[in-house]
Amino acid sequence: MSLLSATGIEAGVGSVTACRDLDLTLKPGEVWSVLGQNGVGKTTLLLTLAGLRPLRAGEIELDGTSLQSLSRKERARKMGILFQHFETLFSTRVVDAVMTGRHPWVSGWRGTSQHDEKMVQEQLDRVGLEGFGQRMVTTLSGGERRRMEIAALGAQQTKVVLLDEPVNHLDLHYQVHLMRIMLEEWQRKGCAVMMVMHDINLALRFSNRLLLLFGDGETCQGDVASVATESNLTRLFGHPLQRVAIGKETLFWPL
Amino acid sequence: MGGSWVRQGWVIPGLAVLLAVVMGLSLSIGSMPIDWQELVVTLRTGGSSVSATVVFDLRLPRALSALVVGASLSLAGVLMQVLLRNPLADPYVLGTSGGAAAFALLVIFLGLPYQGIPLAAGIGSMLSMGLLFLLARGEGDWSSARLLLTGIVLASGWGALISFILSITQGAEIHSMLFWLMGDFRAVSPGLTRWILLASALALGLFVARDLNLLAGGELRAQSLGVHTLVLRLGILFGASLLTAAAVTLSGSIGFVGLVVPHMMRRLVGADHRRLLPASALAGSCLLVLAEMIARTVLAPQQLPVGVITAFVGVPLFLYLLGRGHRAGSP
Repeated sequence: MSLLSATGIEAGVGSVTACRDLDLTLKPGEVWSVLGQNGVGKTTLLLTLAGLRPLRAGEIELDGTSLQSLSRKERARKMGILFQHFETLFSTRVVDAVMTGRHPWVSGWRGTSQHDEKMVQEQLDRVGLEGFGQRMVTTLSGGERRRMEIAALGAQQTKVVLLDEPVNHLDLHYQVHLMRIMLEEWQRKGCAVMMVMHDINLALRFSNRLLLLFGDGETCQGDVASVATESNLTRLFGHPLQRVAIGKETLFWPL
Repeated sequence: MGGSWVRQGWVIPGLAVLLAVVMGLSLSIGSMPIDWQELVVTLRTGGSSVSATVVFDLRLPRALSALVVGASLSLAGVLMQVLLRNPLADPYVLGTSGGAAAFALLVIFLGLPYQGIPLAAGIGSMLSMGLLFLLARGEGDWSSARLLLTGIVLASGWGALISFILSITQGAEIHSMLFWLMGDFRAVSPGLTRWILLASALALGLFVARDLNLLAGGELRAQSLGVHTLVLRLGILFGASLLTAAAVTLSGSIGFVGLVVPHMMRRLVGADHRRLLPASALAGSCLLVLAEMIARTVLAPQQLPVGVITAFVGVPLFLYLLGRGHRAGSP
């Protein structure tokens, strides 16, 4: 059973082609990392999979239904995305910002329920922002905002989770801690996660599948063990990398 | 930052009461003062006394017009600020009012039937905002400087067109036509259409208030949360243009209401459109009823154009906001 599947897709923007004729299947419990150099189209691919950018070719199915034929609301109930940059025009309270994650589940005149409020509070606690609810968003640090956005995404309760550089701006502790608790929760709930990552070792540590974007549409995918080789990664980043074993963990060290 | 008591819904009832008081003041103050007792009696019984004439024929139509124009321009301001993702957006500053005024004048100038004026004004404001929407959008997001420059150029373009029409119009009462440029009220009632437009804009706005909140936080994120942003944006464009046209055909171009009022209300009730929309409509009404009253009393028997009063408040605030940098947003 696949939660998100792409068949023969081409994604790109302007002169950049992120992938060409790509088949991709995201299954429950899978955590994918998308790796590649700057400007290769990682974000574009993620936005295309989210239905936020036009697909150049191919077909995307979300939970067995064509992405085009789903209503926006249905789509938002099944698939959520964390953006790379946080935009805000007018500052709001942190609880209100996290409550936006509940938007696909509430409608029209009906307000948010106690159930929604409880869920928002749970998510704030989970990312270590308990007691921040009444603060204004503009008073948060970059890392605190990132955690707030992750809380909002958690409140959206989707089966497919797309993350664009989720640990941007985060302190080391939260990079590891947040990845662990969020990914554990998502995996336990049978979600499929795909994230664009910069830190290769963090990606290897927390994901079980890899998608490499080499540029000009060329890709490579598979299990972490089979794809994360010195030769693949050296070619991917255009920089020699050496495999280092520390205990049971495998790390890649840029030479 | 308002205390929690203002956040708990006191602002909106408070503003409603304030509006009633300001309306009462506006009806009683003037070259012929009418005290409260007399005003109550007059409003109850009507009749044909001198005070009834003053209240019903002169002051009430002007005050109601000011109310409708204030609410319409404030709502238009709130909507434009979401559409253009910029807290400096305002129908006057960005030329939307100018487009409505220029097209309305064009109808008069070409000798077309007067019934065509509202339609022409609607087309003018929509054209102006559509142009702004297309021209000011740089790569990706809105740049504040580009948006303001485009809007200001559009506004001065419409201003030039208006001046041109006025200068080649012969024998017409230029003085009375100047009101398209400066903004003023005459003893004309707002008319049913404008009330209906205002009420439905407010109701629809409240219905999509949550979507407006999301759109203000970024188009892609709003889309990812299930908002049909294209439809919403077109709706905003349409609604804000019609509101502006409704206001301009009644009072000419009154400036800065759509800028000043939403800014003040965000400080009081926050940026949530579920409260911001009704609060702005009420506060805009209060402001313009008050401005109209001041305009006809402060230098009596001289009457000032109402647009002059609002500009005195709006220009310093606009410059302050511009200087502070809009990205910080309103607290």
